[in-house]
Order: sequence, then structure tokens, then C-alpha cells
Amino acid sequence: MKPKAKAKNKVVQGITNFFKSAANELKSFVKIFVTGSAATKLSYIIFGFGNLVRGQIVRGLMFLAFQAAFIYYMITTGVGWIAKLDNLGDVGAHDEYDPILDVFVRVDGDNSFTILLYGGISVLLCVVCFFIWRMSFHQSYENDLLIRQEKAIPKFKDDLKDIVDAKFHRTLLTIPVIGIFVFTVFPILFMIFVAFTSYDGAHDGYSNLFTWTGWNNFMELFNTKSSNLGYAFLHILGWTLVWAFFATFTNYFLGMLLAMLINKKGIKLKKMWRGIFVMTIAIPQFISLLYMSKLFAKNGMINKILLSTGLLDTPFDFWANTTASRILVIAINIWIGVPYLMLIATGILMNIPDDLYESARIDGANPWQQYVKITLPYMLFITGPYLLTSFIGNINNFNVIYLLAGGAEPNPKLLTTGGNASDVDLLITWLFKITTGTESNYKLASVIGILIFIVVSVISVIGFNLMPSNKNEEDFQ
Amino acid sequence: MMNNSKSRSLKKHQKATNTIVYIVLVIASIVWITPFVMIVLESFKGETTMPQGYVAPKTWSLVNYKALFDKERMDFTQWYVNTLIMSFACAVIQTFMVLCMSYTLSRMRFKGRKFLMNFMLVLGMFPGFLSMIILKKVLSGWGMIGENSVAGLILVYTASSAMGYYVSKGFFDTIPKSLDEAARVDGATRAMVFFQITLPMAKPIVIYTLLTAFMGPWGDFMFAKYICNNTSKGMNVAVGLQNMIATSEGLAAHYTHFCAAGVLVAIPVTILFMCLQRYYVEGVTGGAVKG
Repeated sequence: MKPKAKAKNKVVQGITNFFKSAANELKSFVKIFVTGSAATKLSYIIFGFGNLVRGQIVRGLMFLAFQAAFIYYMITTGVGWIAKLDNLGDVGAHDEYDPILDVFVRVDGDNSFTILLYGGISVLLCVVCFFIWRMSFHQSYENDLLIRQEKAIPKFKDDLKDIVDAKFHRTLLTIPVIGIFVFTVFPILFMIFVAFTSYDGAHDGYSNLFTWTGWNNFMELFNTKSSNLGYAFLHILGWTLVWAFFATFTNYFLGMLLAMLINKKGIKLKKMWRGIFVMTIAIPQFISLLYMSKLFAKNGMINKILLSTGLLDTPFDFWANTTASRILVIAINIWIGVPYLMLIATGILMNIPDDLYESARIDGANPWQQYVKITLPYMLFITGPYLLTSFIGNINNFNVIYLLAGGAEPNPKLLTTGGNASDVDLLITWLFKITTGTESNYKLASVIGILIFIVVSVISVIGFNLMPSNKNEEDFQ
Repeated sequence: MMNNSKSRSLKKHQKATNTIVYIVLVIASIVWITPFVMIVLESFKGETTMPQGYVAPKTWSLVNYKALFDKERMDFTQWYVNTLIMSFACAVIQTFMVLCMSYTLSRMRFKGRKFLMNFMLVLGMFPGFLSMIILKKVLSGWGMIGENSVAGLILVYTASSAMGYYVSKGFFDTIPKSLDEAARVDGATRAMVFFQITLPMAKPIVIYTLLTAFMGPWGDFMFAKYICNNTSKGMNVAVGLQNMIATSEGLAAHYTHFCAAGVLVAIPVTILFMCLQRYYVEGVTGGAVKG
């Protein structure tokens, strides 16, 4: 089957599955209510009722406590936050006249940022509440079934035992999953919403409220007439892809070459050669990157040497010249990345069965043919996923670009509100500059973040379908 | 006779190619080592703090190293301590997170397992920096940015670190499941299997995870720069040193100090790395090379 059709099928299947499970959910909701005992029916209103009357005191109390806390929170604050979500606040902080003191005093008003934050949290709490509600009547119904089958209902002691045994996976996953939700999922959701608001340094949400602006921020980015944002985006995206391509494949092939040279039969002191290159992985990258950056700076060592030998009359600013700086970042990236690739390639090359080469030699294949017919396909087969992740890693390779050329002169054509990009800037460094720039253009930053996500996911899907390990799984078995 | 001469010419040919390989390797080694040698040499320059057109110092001196530890002039010791604290905290917390996640995904089959894996895959496609805008605001509410950015950064580095479970899961996948089953038949709980059977066998991957987590804060620049809010006391070494030589005045005043600082940062990390190199190589290569 063609990859495209396969992907399409998957999407169709996913949608059907979604509707199927939604229908099932609805069915069980009705079925449990109709066939369940009175306790189960009451569990729809009072969380954990079905647990409490069946002697599962601890579980029942936990349900009940959650329900009480949820209702209390919602009435006291939650509903207020959610109500303000529609326009993110009416009046910001402002000066109000105080007739007694005869002065204007600063009065806090709404804060769009807090509204969006706590409104979002409140909505999420409602979602959590829905699942706990579902758990409440499902558990009660399970108890019904156990009673009908005249089986024992699990007690608190059994629950405790489950923590280290049958439900040990939940125990292990709780902390990591909470961490991911609080520090990744929720912030990303929040920033996706920010992309549809007017949140930036001038509209900080405190004295100047921000509000929903629909698709405006996206329109602005693709509208090439009103600003040069669109041009800047396409320009930077283009270079990001070119960079990712060269950075990935130069490292890949040179690293493989180095590994093959060291692995070659008859080469002595293999461990020492490998050790030399592996050692360079240990030294924190930022030291060598910053050092290289200053080495090629306008008043750096390379320029001083070139001047004193008379090859140059005036210092040449490598980082201000588009071609020079682009070649330099790729070259220095080779220097940074090849040892790591060498290490990976060594491991894989050692696993290629020797008799493959033996029979190739007998058939009269020269080294180049052996490489093209055996080594390369094998490497591509094994390292397909790695190539994809490293391509994506390079799209988001902040350190190499920012530490080498962070101080590079911005390209006048790429001057935009909030972040002035240079010709070597990638989307991720542009995002950083926009966020940290004087105008703190958060809305634009979120839009670019979302676009990076789209670029990365498209490349992942294409790359995954191109992958040899995806196509013919049996080739090397 | 014929055969003999043929093999002799083959040997000759091999010798010639090997010589070329040696030459290439020597040149490559020089290319890769030279910058580090240059940093070390420049760190001993006593005559000036500015970038020069030569490498070897004219007067050898430890003055640059002394300047780094002069607390009146520089916060270098503070940056160093900050980074060390973060490294140790990250090593412990991140290893815990990654082990929990990777072991569960590798060993247990439960509802939602596939969904969780796909979910984390998609989540990983968002640029991590995107979430920093709100995280900084929230952390600033908790008093964890600026001077106290060490605490904030530890949270940022470790809270979602379980998403990097791939290498570790690959390792657990190779441990035969029959061991677990045998223990379960003997009445061991799943927790006992994890702590008493799998973990002791997972020493290489535990050390690999500890090592990579330890090295993380030394290399991070983006998050640290954003969270520290330009407060010198809250920087890690990477941000501090970049900040020190970012302007041309700073460069003229601190260039050789930067080289000395680079040496001081590289030494402990490199020594640790070289001691545990075996585990790192095994982790990266999936155990094919015992380096």
C-alpha cells in the first residue's frame, strides 16, 4: 500500500475509533444508570456513595472530599474566572480619584494573564471532575456486578496491595505524568491560546488588557503587504531547513567515515583513536562554541593573524557576512557533531556480519561497491529513526547558532516587531529573540512556536514514511 | 608461487591504504584537539586580557585563574556552585523520572500505554522554549527566577524529563521477561520485581542516565538565560560566561578569564565522563561497543 493511502486510512480509522468509543461511552452511561442498583444511581449525584455503602470507606471519602472541594472552589472562585474568559477582563489597573486624600491612586483591575491562567485551570478542573464522576459510578457498578456474582468486594487492604502489585504501573507513572502535565501540557495549551490573543509587552494584561483576536496573528504573519513578517518567516524557515539538512547529513557521513577508518582492519590503537574523539564530547559545548565565535570575531585571533600576515587590509567580519557565517556554522557544527556520530556508527558497523563482506569480496566487489551495497543500506536501515530525530534536533538547534552567531548583525530585511533576526538565525533563535526582545512579542512567539510544531510534525510524517526500516522490515533479518 | 605474489601485492596495497588512514586520523585528531589546546594555552596568558593574534602566552601566569576566584570582581564561583547544585539535583530527580517511565512502558501492559507513548511523541514536537513564557511568569510568582533561578531551573529541567525515556526503555526491552515471570510465580509483587530483580541488572542504564542528566545543566543556555532574568547571581556558567564576553568591552577585559573558566569547567566534567565513558558508550551504541 502506498504510504499516502496508508496515512489516510489511519486518519479515517482514528476518527471512526473516536466516534465508536464516544458512542460506547454514552451507551454505558445509560446502561449503568438503568441497570445499576439504587446506590449506583445515587453515585451519579453523590461521588463515592456506591463505595461508602459497600464498606469501601477510604475510597468513598476520597471521592466525597474531591466533590466537596470542587464545588467549593467553583462557587467561590472558579465560576468567576471562567465567566471572564470570554473577553479576558474589562478594566485594567487604572488611576482613581480619592476625594478624601485629593489624589489619584492606582487601583488594580482585571488582569488578562491571570484570567487566562486561572480560567484555564478551572476549565481543566472541570474536565478532571468529569473523569472522577465517571469513575464514581463505574466503580459502584463494578461493585453491583461483584455482589450479583457473590464475590468479595475489594477492601482498603486490597487497594494498598494493588499499589505495589496489580496497579504498580500507576504508582510508577503518577509523578512523571503529573510533571509532564504541569510543566509541558498545560503551558503548551496556554501558549496555543495566547496565539489567538493580543498579548505582548504593550498589552501585558495588567494596565493594558489583552483580548481575543481570532486568527489575526496568523494572518499578519502570512500577509506580505502590511509588514515584512511574512518575508522574514519564509526566509528564516528556508534557511532553517537548509541548515538542518546540511548539519544532519554532513555529520552523518563524516561521522560514518571516521568510524569506518578507525574500524578498518590493520589499524592499531583503535581504543586510543576512539578515545580522542569521544573526549571532545565530554567538554561542554558552550565553551568551544563561544571560543570559536570569538576566534572568528572582527577583533578575534583569525582576523589578527590575517592582518599581520598581510592577507587582509581591513578586518573581515565573518559573522556579518551571510555566506561566510552560514558556511562557518555548518563547518563548526561538523566539528561539534562528528565524534558523537562516530560513536553511534561504530556500534552499528561492528554489528554488520563479516560474511556479508566476505561473499561480496569473493564476487569481486570493490570497497566502494561494498560500501554502497552493504554498509550504507545497513546503516540507513538501523539509523533511520536517529536521522529523523537529529534532523528535528537540528531544526531546534539553539546552542550552535545562538552561541556562535548570536551577536551577528541583523539583516535589515528581517527587521520585525520584537525580534531582529540575522541571516543565520533559525526559527528557534528567532523565537528566543522575539520573546526576550524589548517588545516581548509573546503573541508572535506563540504563533511561531505553533508553526515550528507544524513543520516538525510534517517532516516527521514524511520522514517516517521514507524510512527503509518502515518499508521492508525483513531485509536484514 | 603465483598465489603468493598476489597476496604479497595485496598486503602491500593494504599497507599503503593503512598509511593513508593513519595520516587522515592524525590530521583529524589534531583538528579536533587543537581548539582545546588553544584554550588551555590562552588561559595562562599573563600579559593581557584581550584577544591576540597568537596563542602561546609570552608571560606564563596564573593571574586569570586568580581573577576568577576574586569574588569582588566576578561571580564565577557563584555560577559554578549554581551549576553544580543543578547538576546533582537533575541527576537524581531526572534518573528517577526516566526510570519510572521507561520501566513501566517497557515491562507493563496497561490500558492507555500506546496512547501515552504517542501523546509524548507529539508533545515532543513542540519547541520546549514555547512553554517558557508562561512558566517564567508562574515561577516568578513562586519567587523562583532571578537570584533564585536555581530552584526554578531544576523544576524546568526535571519535571518533564520522563519524556526522554527512549534509550532507557530500549535497555529494559532487552532484559528477558522470563525473569520477571519466574519471580511472579514465586509470589513476588511487581514492585519487588522492579526493585530487587530489574534495577540491580540495570546498572549501566542507571549510570548512563545519571551521567547525561548531570551534564545537562552545564550545556543549557536557552532556559537558563531566560529564567535568570539578567541577574548575575542566578546564572549558570554558560550564561554567566557568555554574558561576560558579550560586549566588546567585556571581551577586552575578560577574554583570557573566559579561557581559564572554560578550563575549570571542562576539567571536572571531562574527568567524570572519562571515568564513566564505558556506560556512556554502551548507552549510545546500545551495548555494541564496550569502549
